[in-house]
Amino acid sequence: MAEQQSIKKILLEPILNTNPVIFQVLGICSALAVTSSLKNALAMSIGLTLVTAFSNFFISLIRNVIPNSIRIIVQMVVVATLVIIVDQLLQAFVPEIAKQMSVFVGLIITNCIVMGRLEAFAMKNPPVISFVDGFGNGLGYSALLILLAVIRELFGSGTLFGITILQTVNNGGWYIPNGLLLLPPSAFFLIGLVIWALRAWKTDQQESTEFKIAPHSKAQTSH
Amino acid sequence: MSKESTGKTLVVATVLSVVCSMALAAAVTLLKPIQDQNRSLEKQRKILAAALVLPEGEGSPTEVRAQFSHFQRYLVNLSTGEFKEIKLDDSFDQRKAFKEADKSIALSPEQDIAGLRRRANEADIYVMRDASGKVEKMVLPISGFGLWSTLYGYIVLKNDANTVIGITFTEHAETPGLGGEVDNPKWKALWQNKHVYSADGQAHLKLIKGNVDLTKPDANHHIDGLSGATITSNGVTNLVQFWMGDMGFKKFLNKVRTEGI
Repeated sequence: MAEQQSIKKILLEPILNTNPVIFQVLGICSALAVTSSLKNALAMSIGLTLVTAFSNFFISLIRNVIPNSIRIIVQMVVVATLVIIVDQLLQAFVPEIAKQMSVFVGLIITNCIVMGRLEAFAMKNPPVISFVDGFGNGLGYSALLILLAVIRELFGSGTLFGITILQTVNNGGWYIPNGLLLLPPSAFFLIGLVIWALRAWKTDQQESTEFKIAPHSKAQTSH
Repeated sequence: MSKESTGKTLVVATVLSVVCSMALAAAVTLLKPIQDQNRSLEKQRKILAAALVLPEGEGSPTEVRAQFSHFQRYLVNLSTGEFKEIKLDDSFDQRKAFKEADKSIALSPEQDIAGLRRRANEADIYVMRDASGKVEKMVLPISGFGLWSTLYGYIVLKNDANTVIGITFTEHAETPGLGGEVDNPKWKALWQNKHVYSADGQAHLKLIKGNVDLTKPDANHHIDGLSGATITSNGVTNLVQFWMGDMGFKKFLNKVRTEGI
């Protein structure tokens, strides 16, 4: 029973409480790049979730034989292998999405979430629980990506999954799309707002200030 | 042997490399047939778009295949201009022919303006006829070196063997956003109704720097260059002039103009 609860916790914790993007602030780069359309965001989410889950699983399987000196390169080889397999699968089954995402799929290899979970979790825990941890972190990343993509695609081009929701002026409708939302910086603003909102709600996510600003010298003399 | 010893490290590294490369090899081999099918569908889509049959990105796979089956395929002998019909699914592969010594010729540096080194002796073209059986559109394969890569594509001409209907590139690795704009539908649309040959019979179609001044008399031989991509633009000019020139389809096109297909 206790074990089941902890599995559930490991799976769900990364979605709101220790979200890789919002709380750990990892994987921002790809979150900017692929969220201008929901379709790409979804494909990236699935890709990253699979890679994180399976790389966690495989690394955890061999964690006791990996020599410390080549630890990082072993992790990279496993991650790179999985990413290439995911890329090949995308090219075979969803060629149009694969074409748009080609560069970003390759960049899953360098996504800090994958390596971060390998180092932080999979090197120290048994395979099944590592798989769950990777899957959960993938879900956390996916949740944020999909949230961003819904906002950016809906208000940036008036569509969701390419289906028109808000008829834009260019197509004879009423909605003037916000072009900024289609550009990568808009994702920065949105991620910032999400981090702010979540930390205002869950105050335990707030980081303690690293240093205190010394009070103004004038104020000191007035004491 | 401890986990950290050199021997153990080597063993782990070797085993891991072998296992991973086997997994990759298996994935690539198993998925290749499906990917090839996608690629051929993609090629058909692009040809149909360049021939103004089906707008790019539209139509289901079955629709694309159905439309594409209206084409007839011919094998053209580039040095004589002779041609013969072949089946749509004939195994002829021009890309392979480029590499085989008995099916291609070496180009001298003066001839080789498109940076191809060798040219296949034969080319496979697609022809679409109207309801009365008259040739309407001819799809000719073109290729040449840009900045980083060889661009492979097709140019579609009207039955006068001079007026352009469209152009498309099915494969290239030019810089995304700069030379990669050869895929931009707006830029590709600029090719429509341009003329390949001037009155003296030379292939004059080319990309120029900046925008084409439509009031100039030779505007119908000029196309806007790709901004920020001078070398890709020059490459496209060279490959069009190569394939429309003496080493390319010129003899065949002359024959079409006098005798028809």
